[in-house]
Amino acid sequence: MQAEEKFTYETWPAAPEKATLEAKNKFLGFWFFLGGETVLFATLFATYLALKDKVPNAEAALAKDIFEIPLAFAATMLLLTSSLTSVYAMYHMKNFNFKKMQMWLGLTVLLGALFLALEIYEFNHYVHKFEHTFTSSAFGSAFYTLVGFHGGHVAFGLAWIITLMVRNSKRGLNLYNAPKFYVASLYWHFIDVVWVFIFTVVYLMGMVG
Amino acid sequence: MANQQPSSGNPRVDIEYRRKKSAEEMRYQIVSFTLMIFLTIVAFVAVGYEGFSGWFTVPFILLLAVIQVIFQLYYFMHMSHKGHEAPALFLYSGVAVGAITILAFTTIIWW
Repeated sequence: MQAEEKFTYETWPAAPEKATLEAKNKFLGFWFFLGGETVLFATLFATYLALKDKVPNAEAALAKDIFEIPLAFAATMLLLTSSLTSVYAMYHMKNFNFKKMQMWLGLTVLLGALFLALEIYEFNHYVHKFEHTFTSSAFGSAFYTLVGFHGGHVAFGLAWIITLMVRNSKRGLNLYNAPKFYVASLYWHFIDVVWVFIFTVVYLMGMVG
Repeated sequence: MANQQPSSGNPRVDIEYRRKKSAEEMRYQIVSFTLMIFLTIVAFVAVGYEGFSGWFTVPFILLLAVIQVIFQLYYFMHMSHKGHEAPALFLYSGVAVGAITILAFTTIIWW
């Protein structure tokens, strides 16, 4: 099975993401990377938990002052739904339907971009309303590092998926690009996994106090 | 090429089988998504509701997060499929190191 071979719906392999040697290596290597990412985010969570509400004076805002349910809920719904749309994209990839895969990836990108816009608004809101900045306290540094790193992953994921969509727009699906789309969707799901812990540990536990 | 696929000699049969498998998988994923949304709403409601103390709410929402992430990993990221032994090893090694780090930072570091 060669990467550049032309396929039809009938000849498309059942697991295109692992059909070639390169694809198998990509799949294994990417999961190894995700193991490392798990450790990276765990250390940022650990730092945040250790430094939560550690502020220099009594006037400084604490977690329970700044976080609000509507904003955190809206961001969560956007990212969770974008995880579903990328599942749909991979469903169409496996069914050799390039157009529908591109359509669902486009929707994923749109939802991800909305999430990122909301996060930018949120950071801006904290800085101006509560003077909660990166340098205002240990709490602020830990918060912006953790949530900002996640936001950085979202931005990188968006750039990655858009690049794949544009570069392969005229090529259609083959065994050269199917593993690329699959790995990018794994990355996108992993971003959502991290967000589940962020909305629970940072926002919800922050509001509890 | 075609001989590398499990074939019954009648490609239509394989296509039908594959289409059925994909549809079935899609059903699992829809169920997972519904559950994930439901767990998220429960967590937000538990925090919004004044009647619960933090001693109940925090472990409860952490449990909901873990359940939701298991659905994400095993259905959305296909870890329930065959051939995911190495990914599971990598991921759980990461989780183990991460858990020890979080335990250390939240218990033996204080100031």
